[in-house]
Amino acid sequence: MNKQVAIIGAGIAGLEAASILDSMGFKVTLVEKAEHTGGHIQNWHQLFPDRRNATEVAQGIISKPLANVSTEFNREVTSIQPFAEKFIISAKDGWVFNADAVLITTGFELFDAKRKEEYGYGIYDHVITSAELETLFKKENGVTLRIGRTPSRIGLVHCVGSRDEKIGNIFCSKVCCVTAVKQAIELKELYPECEIYCLYMDLRMSGRHYEELYKQAQEEYSIQFIRGRLSEAAEDKSGKIIVKVEDTLLGRPLKMTMDMLVLMTGMVASAQTASICSSAGIQKDSDGFFKASDPHLYGNITGIPGIFLAGTCSGPKTISDTLSDARSAALAVQSYLSAEANN
Amino acid sequence: MTFDLFVIPFFGGLIFLLVVLFIKYSRWIALIDRSGRRKIGYGLFSLQIFPATWEVFLESLLHRRMWKQNKLLGYMHMSFAFGWLLLILLGNLESRIYSGGHLNPPYYPIFLKFFVHDKRVLPFELNTLPGFFRFIMDFVLLYILSGLVLAFFKRIHSRWFGMKNTSRHNRFDQWAITCLWLIFPLRLLAESLTASIYGGGGFLTNSVGDTLAMILPAAVTPGMAYVAWWAYSSALGIFFITLPWSRYMHIPTEVVMIYLKHFGVKSGKHLNSFSEIEMRACPKCGVCIDVCQMKDAGAVGSTPAYFVRSLRMKEGNSLLNNNCMLCGRCKEVCPVQIDLLDLRIASRNLENQSIDKPFSYLPADVPDSKGINVLYFAGCMGHLTPSVKKAMVSIMDAANVKYKFLDQDGSVCCGRPLMMAGMFEAARSLMEKNRQAIHASGARILVTSCPICYKIFNEEYKLFGVEVLHHSQYLLRLVEAGSLWINHSGLSVVYHDPCELGRGSEVYKEPRKLLKRVAKLIPIEQERENALCCGGSIGDLALNQDQRNIIRDAALDVLLEPKPDFLVTACPLCKKTFSSAGTAKVIDIAELVAQQLEKADNLIEETVEESIL
Repeated sequence: MNKQVAIIGAGIAGLEAASILDSMGFKVTLVEKAEHTGGHIQNWHQLFPDRRNATEVAQGIISKPLANVSTEFNREVTSIQPFAEKFIISAKDGWVFNADAVLITTGFELFDAKRKEEYGYGIYDHVITSAELETLFKKENGVTLRIGRTPSRIGLVHCVGSRDEKIGNIFCSKVCCVTAVKQAIELKELYPECEIYCLYMDLRMSGRHYEELYKQAQEEYSIQFIRGRLSEAAEDKSGKIIVKVEDTLLGRPLKMTMDMLVLMTGMVASAQTASICSSAGIQKDSDGFFKASDPHLYGNITGIPGIFLAGTCSGPKTISDTLSDARSAALAVQSYLSAEANN
Repeated sequence: MTFDLFVIPFFGGLIFLLVVLFIKYSRWIALIDRSGRRKIGYGLFSLQIFPATWEVFLESLLHRRMWKQNKLLGYMHMSFAFGWLLLILLGNLESRIYSGGHLNPPYYPIFLKFFVHDKRVLPFELNTLPGFFRFIMDFVLLYILSGLVLAFFKRIHSRWFGMKNTSRHNRFDQWAITCLWLIFPLRLLAESLTASIYGGGGFLTNSVGDTLAMILPAAVTPGMAYVAWWAYSSALGIFFITLPWSRYMHIPTEVVMIYLKHFGVKSGKHLNSFSEIEMRACPKCGVCIDVCQMKDAGAVGSTPAYFVRSLRMKEGNSLLNNNCMLCGRCKEVCPVQIDLLDLRIASRNLENQSIDKPFSYLPADVPDSKGINVLYFAGCMGHLTPSVKKAMVSIMDAANVKYKFLDQDGSVCCGRPLMMAGMFEAARSLMEKNRQAIHASGARILVTSCPICYKIFNEEYKLFGVEVLHHSQYLLRLVEAGSLWINHSGLSVVYHDPCELGRGSEVYKEPRKLLKRVAKLIPIEQERENALCCGGSIGDLALNQDQRNIIRDAALDVLLEPKPDFLVTACPLCKKTFSSAGTAKVIDIAELVAQQLEKADNLIEETVEESIL
């Protein structure tokens, strides 16, 4: 028996599913476009809502036993084609592979903040993304180094590239609100004298313990929350960022000077999604992410029998949701392959 | 006796039409304001009469702009208009041969062949005066009928006439067009049958008559001929009666409009009685529907032809008023040259008159900035594309320009968006703020990055002593004066004409001249006057984002067809709109120039470093 499963993408979803399918006795091959496993989590410092060390969680996933799992690095999959009850997987570099079932865990890409030109990312030195802030946190005193002095006012801008019709992304990325609250607290811990502002549309504190974190941010850390979308950012002669925003609770336009602006970039479907969708005949949803055949009952199953989905390739998810999704996908793959073996 | 009962439908219809036209035109002209009426008074006795008449001849008769649009379309319209006029004029002259030059009832020349049967003249006899007329009258009739055949094919397959769309007809239009199409075949039938009985036809009527005589029993032809004359007269009569309420009202109204325009009468910012004349001068030909990008977005009903019709029928609504990007593509091709943008804005004014925000938050003080030559105004859109203003600042620094960045700490809106929304009073209160600040600066040149601001600064601000320039014009001037050194990038680029800069302000030359100094400019199919709108227009108050995206993507297909390295535009809003698609590398002309400066700087730095080593 020993059926072959190919998992496209060795982020946390791919790794989690690989370890489970491996323990079920399948031959698993992880196909990764980068030269290491783990994906985005490798760049993260602390995770919400409990501020757990991200490296620790990454290690927890990576260190799970993978007896019959082989990993192909630097292979960017461009197409998956069904052929005689098998699937032919081809990568950009010409590498070709056959598998009995395919699990797609290609994940997300961060929204390119340069597309919101009015926020000045890539134009002004002190406008950075939330992902860059995490990297700065990973190195000690990173923020100070970046600005060259202790910041006295920092703004965090929610919903950059999410819930933005003009940019073509109408969906919510789900994780940025709570990330902003977490990063605001971390910044305040680093610079107790610094004023921290969160500029939000509305706060979606939907997960367990998120609301507590938000409450803590207001009460213990005096983080200021201003309801209003940033309209534009400009740079003054000293390199400070002047932001224009309407406080929609007071109904008044505001102009504030910040030492640094952090853009909470959302998730978008990866570039691979489109090419895989068209090659394999899998449906893409209106938001660009993969579409499951039945989002309620069969969230891991695509319209093509034998091709499965897990993680953020089928829409924004938190880390814990991604891991649960990967486990359920592993079960779906198993049930497909054992039914096929019985026939 | 030169009378028969069958002339009554024609004669009655004609009198009815003339009375209705007289009442309508005198009412509209009476309602034109005093200064407009004075202009008409002067104009009637001025030399303007000659160019106006010449334009009437070129446009209302020969249809010169229609010819430009498409040859078949031009021929078709010319055959109807010019052919019909020739038929009337020549028929009148011909009738005088037989009436001894006396004044005849108006129907007499029209139905001449019923009243006069000149058997002496042979069909191809050209050397006598009656023979010449007989020939030429048949020739003109054939000419009109050839146009009719084209009109028939146009209904079946409008693409042959360069048109993807023709407009839908209302009930009056349907009656009128049916009669119009019947008039000339019925005339041919009536004249041919008469010729077959009494002789005296021309080459066409005689041969058609002979052919009919072969088919038909001789006993029925006189009766049929009489019925045909009745039908011909009735078709004319019904056409005349329905004309004032149908699209064919454009025929007399266009003539009136051309004269009034030459006399200097305009509709301007408010709907007035000249607008009423403009609305009726629209023939609903549908040329504007073809170029209007609203139909890409599934809003054919908002295209100018239908907008004007609903305005005329007093069926205008908020959606129709607001669903237009004011890109001006329609105005460019309109064969009648109706000011479709002014009409749209004026009708918006009727519903958007007041604003509840009094702009009390605007700064009260005028910034002090003496001793500078140039004012730079990035505009609201310039602030939304910081790379554009950053490029401008670096260029002006490099050229050692003594300038002040007027709206560095935030713009007071130029007022153009409010103007486009028809909110003139609100716009003026913003304009006043900017005007004070501009004049207080003492600057001689005002440079703006935004074509929207440029248009209103240029046209409405009346900034005496201050020259208004778009940054593409100003940068070209700096380069040509030798104040700015730029390198050629070697990049291939396509230039997108922003609506407000191109059609809106007729600035086509300078951006291209400037671009050619920094890049290889690839010509594209639809540019200059025919350029497409990016879809981001602030002129439209009704489009949703999906529709805008459709318009944007269709425009990008055209612009990116030659696969340029960069799509260059000169408007921050166009840049923002095109960038949002994520499919093209879009850059402002100022950014490209700034990049080419930067390279020169780098070159110097590198050589300096090398020499140190």
